[in-house]
Amino acid sequence: MTSALLNRRDVVAELLKDRGDLIVTTGLGSPSYDVMAAGDHDRNYYLWAAMGSAATVGLGLAMSRPQDSVLVVTGDGEMLMGMGALATIAVQAPRNLTIAVLDNGHYGETGMQRSHAGHGIELDRVAQSVNFDWTARITDMAGVQDLHARIHAKNALNFAAITIDVAEEERVLPSRDGVYIKNRVRAALGQTSF
Amino acid sequence: MLQTPSHGVPSIDWKAQIYEVLKEFDVKHAAYVPDAGHSTAIERFAEDEAVHSVVLTTEEEGIGYLAGAWLGGDRGVLLLQSSGVGNCINTLALQVCARFPLLMVVTMRGDWAEFNQWQNPMGQVTEAALNLMGVRTWRAEKAEEVEGLLRGAATMAFEGDQACAVLLSQQLIGKKEWNKAK
Repeated sequence: MTSALLNRRDVVAELLKDRGDLIVTTGLGSPSYDVMAAGDHDRNYYLWAAMGSAATVGLGLAMSRPQDSVLVVTGDGEMLMGMGALATIAVQAPRNLTIAVLDNGHYGETGMQRSHAGHGIELDRVAQSVNFDWTARITDMAGVQDLHARIHAKNALNFAAITIDVAEEERVLPSRDGVYIKNRVRAALGQTSF
Repeated sequence: MLQTPSHGVPSIDWKAQIYEVLKEFDVKHAAYVPDAGHSTAIERFAEDEAVHSVVLTTEEEGIGYLAGAWLGGDRGVLLLQSSGVGNCINTLALQVCARFPLLMVVTMRGDWAEFNQWQNPMGQVTEAALNLMGVRTWRAEKAEEVEGLLRGAATMAFEGDQACAVLLSQQLIGKKEWNKAK
């Protein structure tokens, strides 16, 4: 293959450039490491379990923080487990939420078994069919840059499936202390502990 | 809220009390999979512009949703049926590991006068399953128990980051009418 597929770390670094007040939540596995590799941040909420929940955590954040942009960074396998949530999210339709799926068509964390996406299921078309405002399949860095602008625009419910290569990157591990990460996000958003 | 039925003895409108107690606790998000036992709360929340009513395709979506809402500073509730508790089990790791407050109100099946035996397997282990996953449970059998149990559960959830569930028994809800369409 001559035309290079996007590298996941390059994509996430671009999406998180000049992030400002952006709130980010990540699906377990590589997307959490990718977001951590781009720089730990007190507005990052990393999931280490509850597979399928990245999008719903993002929805809860978007609904409770309408003044902020919220970005979900997850993988195709994690998103497939929460596919029904796309319908739930589309019914609420917050205009400050973007779901970015890093789609390599495989379950990277468990040994690169092919996922439904790798069998041809197009997650962006699923999101389109449940009436997300804007959906796209992104295959180049110009598309990633366009998505970056949309993340901050707060004018649409967005979904992008970003085709990436299957290369595995070094694991850059965020904290696995869920209470600490939770309280750090809440403090960054101005809330006090009980 | 008291209602006076035709025979003159006041009875407690526990279905309305659920909405009222949750409002008192400043619940801003009501996530649910519909059930007849929750119909009053679902309708009242739908009419309430201060509350986001979030219909779910499956109950575990509510675990993630309410965690996100809490990160953003808001309290919420998950309204579900006992069968839906089974759908939540693995996702409850999110609540346990990150100590998110969680308040569930569960309408029971399979524990009294159950006509559909397919409801029995999950209904009869709902409370044990919740307990195994670290969720505290309280069972309301009578109308006068609902308000107090819900108030206590909400206090422990929102003031102490606990996972709490109030189970509304079938004896409380009443026997399901299977032939009402005829």
